[in-house]
Amino acid sequence: MSASRPLPNPDPLTRPYWEGAKARRLVLPRCDACDQWHFYPRSVCPHCGSDAIAWHDASGKGVIYSVTHVHRAPSPAFEAMVPYAVAIVALDEGPHLMSAVIGSEIAQVKIDAPVTVDFVDEGDITLPVFRLASAAKI
Amino acid sequence: MMPQPLIVGVGQSRIGRVPDRSTAQLQSDAVQSALADAGLALNDIDGLFTTPLRVEHWQAPAAVVANNLGLRPRYMSTVDLAGASGAAMVQQAVAAVAAGHCTTALCVAGQNLLSHRTRADAVKSMAESGSAHPQFEVPYGPVVPSLYALVAQRHMHQYGTTPEQLAEVAVAIRANAALNPAAHKRDPITVEDVLKSRVISTPLHVLDCAIVSDGAGALIVTTRDRARDLKQKPVHLLGAGVGVRHSHIGEAREPIVTGAVEAGRQAFGQAGLTPADVDVAELYDCFSITVLIELEDLGFCAKGEGGPFVMDGRVRRDGALPITTHGGLMSFGHPGVGGGLFHVLEAVRQVRGDAGERQIPGVEIALAHGNGGVMSVHCTLLLGQESRS
Repeated sequence: MSASRPLPNPDPLTRPYWEGAKARRLVLPRCDACDQWHFYPRSVCPHCGSDAIAWHDASGKGVIYSVTHVHRAPSPAFEAMVPYAVAIVALDEGPHLMSAVIGSEIAQVKIDAPVTVDFVDEGDITLPVFRLASAAKI
Repeated sequence: MMPQPLIVGVGQSRIGRVPDRSTAQLQSDAVQSALADAGLALNDIDGLFTTPLRVEHWQAPAAVVANNLGLRPRYMSTVDLAGASGAAMVQQAVAAVAAGHCTTALCVAGQNLLSHRTRADAVKSMAESGSAHPQFEVPYGPVVPSLYALVAQRHMHQYGTTPEQLAEVAVAIRANAALNPAAHKRDPITVEDVLKSRVISTPLHVLDCAIVSDGAGALIVTTRDRARDLKQKPVHLLGAGVGVRHSHIGEAREPIVTGAVEAGRQAFGQAGLTPADVDVAELYDCFSITVLIELEDLGFCAKGEGGPFVMDGRVRRDGALPITTHGGLMSFGHPGVGGGLFHVLEAVRQVRGDAGERQIPGVEIALAHGNGGVMSVHCTLLLGQESRS
């Protein structure tokens, strides 16, 4: 992966997610009022409207909700990687997120396939990525 | 209650590759064309609506547009609902005139998106423009088509939608552009052409995607009193609505059902109409999948049936529901955020009956739809010859 890949600039709303990733933990917001998870981070719970939100460790498990093979890189940083898989993962806790699926031929990355979180270091940032559960590192 | 305002003029600049005109000139060309169409002059305009731009860093774009045209509006706004802005600024202009904030409102949008920069710059700027979440999506490398491709892949998985059905959308819309002398891309294409074209992000090929163009459009709204002695048969906004269900596609729990449901329901409710009343649907066509989702969410077919719905010529110009009859973002032209204004211009022309060779016979009700972000924010307009209230 090229050093010039665009990386997140964590802010007060999102910093717990990126600090969790740095510690190789997938942490997500959960509402204290209704006990439901959500993601991406917001100021109020999308389920009940409460602003009593705290970050908790998630299981890191989910299934592929959708996946596309990118053939046209958005910028030179990604050109050496094409084609690569960008997926929406449906986490066991409920929320969806976008991520990369690494460690398998992209043809094997299919909708409904179980996946497990992993982490990739990119300079000062650690990006959550996913691997097929059938190919996960022990 | 004040009488409903009317749409009295539409116009556009040259569309396509127009390297000899800057953004400000393209906008001015569109405005002059709309004024001539209406039989109005610049000094009749006292309300102004425009959209943000990608190529120019204009602070308060409405103020820059006003200055460029020598306007001193009593009411003005830069409307930013991304791709839904074109439809939404017409909704807002009608509301402003109805409320008495201004008498004659101008909506103008467009830019030299194609000529201003290289194609690679355009792709990169779009990928990092906010369609993809800068923290949670951009780092994984989606191009804008990838974000729609994720919707398409899920739709195909869940409902059995096929690449051929997606391609038919592009083919039908290109056939419309072939009849429009102003369109950017007019050479007819086949389903096979689409399927053989370069894959951008599976399942979307380059011909499943909108083009990039230079161009601008303009539309004028005024009071019923003022409309009386103008040149054109006025067009009524019978109903309008907006809807939003998510901001970014990765976080949507059900990304294949969109705010078009609420936008359409509100517009049809206000107009006292149903999808069966629509004679022509100027659907927003940034990607082939977008059109299938809109057909479903606006109620033209059941959820999941958008693919079969477009087959057998149903959305062609001689079918039961002609769509995007000017050629849309896929073939007429896509100069960025304001590209959806062209769909409204076409709906107006179809209702007036002056769309030339591409006129659909007997149009009484035309729908124009805009979609902004990645199926995020939607605006639906219903236009007709006579007020139904």
